[in-house]
Amino acid sequence: MKIRAVALFSGGLDSALAVRLLQDQGVEIKALHFYTGFCITEHKRRLGLKREDGSLYVNPALKAAALLQVPLEILDISEEYFNLILNPKYGYGKNVNPCLDCRIFMLKKAKEFMEKEGYAFVVTGEVLGQRPMSQTFDRLMLIEKEAGLSGYILRPLSAKLLPQTIPEKLGWVNRDQLLDIWGRSRKKQLKLAKEYGLEHEQPAGGCCYLTDENYAHRFREVIRVEGSIAREDLVLLAVGRHFRLPSGARLILARNEGEVRFLQGFRHRYDYACRKDGKGTFGLLKGRLSEEEFNLVAGLVARYSKNQPCEVLLSIGGRETVVWADTLSEELADSIKIYKRKGDKHGSGKS
Amino acid sequence: MEVERVKPDIVHDVVGTFCPVPIAETAKVIKTMQVGQVLELVADDPGVVEDIPAWCKATGQEFLGLYEDEGEYHLFVRKVKEL
Repeated sequence: MKIRAVALFSGGLDSALAVRLLQDQGVEIKALHFYTGFCITEHKRRLGLKREDGSLYVNPALKAAALLQVPLEILDISEEYFNLILNPKYGYGKNVNPCLDCRIFMLKKAKEFMEKEGYAFVVTGEVLGQRPMSQTFDRLMLIEKEAGLSGYILRPLSAKLLPQTIPEKLGWVNRDQLLDIWGRSRKKQLKLAKEYGLEHEQPAGGCCYLTDENYAHRFREVIRVEGSIAREDLVLLAVGRHFRLPSGARLILARNEGEVRFLQGFRHRYDYACRKDGKGTFGLLKGRLSEEEFNLVAGLVARYSKNQPCEVLLSIGGRETVVWADTLSEELADSIKIYKRKGDKHGSGKS
Repeated sequence: MEVERVKPDIVHDVVGTFCPVPIAETAKVIKTMQVGQVLELVADDPGVVEDIPAWCKATGQEFLGLYEDEGEYHLFVRKVKEL
């Protein structure tokens, strides 16, 4: 009987190679791809962005699965994932990436799937020593224990450096044909990918925007100033320029046509500001603006819409007001912009 | 075969969602269908034009074709085997 296993599958080079190595040993693989709601491809497509050559951003998992001819299961974990982001047991990585909790959570989901559908073990593309937070020896062991999968996670790229797993002990998989890759260098993986004819779509960890530094800065700023964060905010934080106004309200200004269209989609539920003639940027307001701030917001809209004085329409609490605005100076705009300044620490400083 | 003439057994509308949601939805619906039945997926994420054929290739389903109508894509997938 054929041995069947599930693989955690981002579509990145490591997970693709891990699957391929086991396919070579005759193991039947089902690739599990998790939809967390923080996928960069989804985000770029939502904003209508394209690659430099004009082509669309492609989901790397789908592309790699098609190349490997491995059946792909996309599991939507976005609802539960939101809670995980806010309260990670093991904290965040460098940015707001709760890598350890994320791995444990995904492995628990993989375990559920494995048991329900009758698969024998779990495969991952993890490489020992590749990432300081989640891929040290101790962390790998902790992750599998927390997920309730001790001995049942096979990591083909580093297997020879790790304790023998149950699939190896039972002879389902030949340990001799597995690898002993260690560390951050990806030379061995790239060489293997070439041999296998696997196209390399993305850098490791590059599919999740929680690892983005500016995103993390905004996330922390919102928690600090507004006290909480809504699920919708997690998407809005990845769009446009953000400004913190003196009243505590936040202005999100679109940077390009795609963002204008995206933010306009929220205008029935939020206050907003834009040029009266509809040209240029579009600004969404979170929180109630004070009347004294109308000119400030109008000045920002003018600045980021061709940098010309213009009439600006403000829709506040369902009432429309038109004001004539001069462009706000760069200095003033910069002083209220939310972004990571040189020397800023996590969650500190006027951001 | 002209895809416009294909008579789907199920029509599923995912307009307003973006990759990978249309794929996840396709899989969800295909699982409930009988082998041989045809799904018509309606989507406006231009990426589905590449995603759905790739998903069919990965999972062994038959991609019958697509047409575009005012920014919405109609894609046809025949269920060939259980997922």
